[in-house]
Amino acid sequence: MNPRKFLNPWVLFGAAALLTAGVLDNDYYLTLINFIGIHALLVVGLNLLMGYGGQISLGHAAFFGLGSYTSGILTATYGVNPWLALLAGLVVCGVTAFLIGVPALKLRGYYLAMATLGFGIIVYIFFTEAHKLTGGPSGLAGIPSLSIGGFKLDTPKRLYLLIWPVLGVILALSANLVDSRTGRALRALHEGETAAQSLGVNTAKLKLLIFIWSALYASLAGSLYAHTLNFIAPSSFGFMFSIKLVTMVVLGGMASIWGSLLGAAVLTVLPEILTMFHDYEVIIFGAILMVVMIFLPRGLVRGLKDLWEFRRYKKEGGIIG
Amino acid sequence: MLAITDQPLLELKEISLAFGGLQALDGVSFTVAPGTVQAVIGPNGAGKTTLFNLITGFLSPQSGRVVFQGEEIQGQPPHQVARLGIARTFQLVQLFDYMTVLENVMVGRHRLSRAGLLAGALRLPWTSQEEVSIRERALEELQFVGLADRAHQPAAALPLGLKRLLEIARALAAEPTLLLLDEPASGLDAVETERLQEMILALRERGLTILLVEHDMGLTMEVADQIAVLNYGQLIATGPPREVQKNPEVIAAYLGTDWQT
Ligand SMILES: Nc1ncnc2c1ncn2[C@@H]1O[C@H](COP(=O)(O)OP(=O)(O)O)[C@@H](O)[C@H]1O
Ligand SMILES: [Mg+2]
Repeated sequence: MNPRKFLNPWVLFGAAALLTAGVLDNDYYLTLINFIGIHALLVVGLNLLMGYGGQISLGHAAFFGLGSYTSGILTATYGVNPWLALLAGLVVCGVTAFLIGVPALKLRGYYLAMATLGFGIIVYIFFTEAHKLTGGPSGLAGIPSLSIGGFKLDTPKRLYLLIWPVLGVILALSANLVDSRTGRALRALHEGETAAQSLGVNTAKLKLLIFIWSALYASLAGSLYAHTLNFIAPSSFGFMFSIKLVTMVVLGGMASIWGSLLGAAVLTVLPEILTMFHDYEVIIFGAILMVVMIFLPRGLVRGLKDLWEFRRYKKEGGIIG
Repeated sequence: MLAITDQPLLELKEISLAFGGLQALDGVSFTVAPGTVQAVIGPNGAGKTTLFNLITGFLSPQSGRVVFQGEEIQGQPPHQVARLGIARTFQLVQLFDYMTVLENVMVGRHRLSRAGLLAGALRLPWTSQEEVSIRERALEELQFVGLADRAHQPAAALPLGLKRLLEIARALAAEPTLLLLDEPASGLDAVETERLQEMILALRERGLTILLVEHDMGLTMEVADQIAVLNYGQLIATGPPREVQKNPEVIAAYLGTDWQT
């Protein structure tokens, strides 16, 4: 067997995830890791839309919120089975993305960014104002935990055993997608819409499809979030969070599946380490966006890989052509 | 069989289009017989590229009809036109720069393959088989244009001459019935132009119908069965190369340009 075969990112991912499950027993860290997983779900979805498809969404937190609130309201208020509520969230987000996407994606340029920005604000206002349904600004409490066959997922460890396998599956689906006929068409649409159309790619339909697809990831993340925290409030789903997600995509690397995971991890952990983050959040995220765009335009994963290859090249006395 | 070959593959009927006050195309009509190379020539700004954009659905004529295989196609969106079997290259090369050379050509297979978003994400067994055949066919086209050894480089890394060849390979991967080439020789050196000429003739041999816009008269005269001459949006002559070359109106339109290059 070729030892290099074992060094592929999937094996590392699986090994790290298993190791974490076996060794780590600290609720604080596990909770943090669970949030990384939830954020990574969001970021991979947004990256498919933004990094691969070239369509900017500034309202992704709204889909996260719609998934969260659909799950929260249906389970806490109406006693619906959490798994059914999760499915309902997917339907709500899918339909909403369709309705927003049809008009917004017809136009070129920044219309989608504008439309999703407006959409995000409207949804946020809805969460705060529809008291009867959402509990208003003070939030919605009493959301039950998920359970599998009577086994309640109510500790960080148990949630970890749900969230990370789900993330693994979603990462695999995404990597497959990117490397498929539709994924190629998606990247082609990003790099040259005219040429893509001239080869038979229905770019309008593809943009809509990937927009809906990424909204579904966000909804899934939202439902998991609601059942993890057992409590949700509008402040988690505002414009600032949409910008955080965009920053995670850019930091990890546009059009990079593993970059999405890294971007989510770094920007979930950093605010925990640096408490000053909370006061200057907007400034810090803005600065990170700017610095990465200027110095690591391909994001952390590719940027570091480039750097690594550059150094090896120099060591071997090669000439950079 | 004979009845089919008698029917033109493409018919342009009184095509007109103005950009604001500028009449880019003015009542242009001509037909393209299947299996032939039809050249469209004319000075810069004559409306050649506009004509290509009309045929491929990127523009709609204000009046007139585009008939392909007996069916009116004007006003259909580009991807729909592509699916009918019309492929093109662009005067300003339009590659997917950060995709590999091979991937560029694989996108050309889009209309002939069918794995959708979900099937691709789940990597259903049949999609893997489809991928293999997409890859094989794409490699064949790369071999045809002589780019197989560059399959895994990013398209952006190619010099202009090779980019044009790649664009042709990508269009060919769609197995078109009609291929539109917009100034394929511009930016090519003499050797590459020679190679292009051979390719065009080989494609015609395969039965492909080609509509060619080209400024290189040497190449045009060698490969064209018929030539249509546009000037200020009007068709001023059509016919076989030798006749067109002698047409006084054509000579006047080209006054000062060198025919024999
Ligand atoms: N999208 C457009 N908008 C306005 N004018 C255009 C457009 N496309 C082409 N034109 C004009 O139409 C005329 C024909 O252009 P084109 O078809 O590109 O000529 P050719 O390919 O023969 O050089 C030119 O005068 C050009 O400036
Ligand atoms: Mg032109």
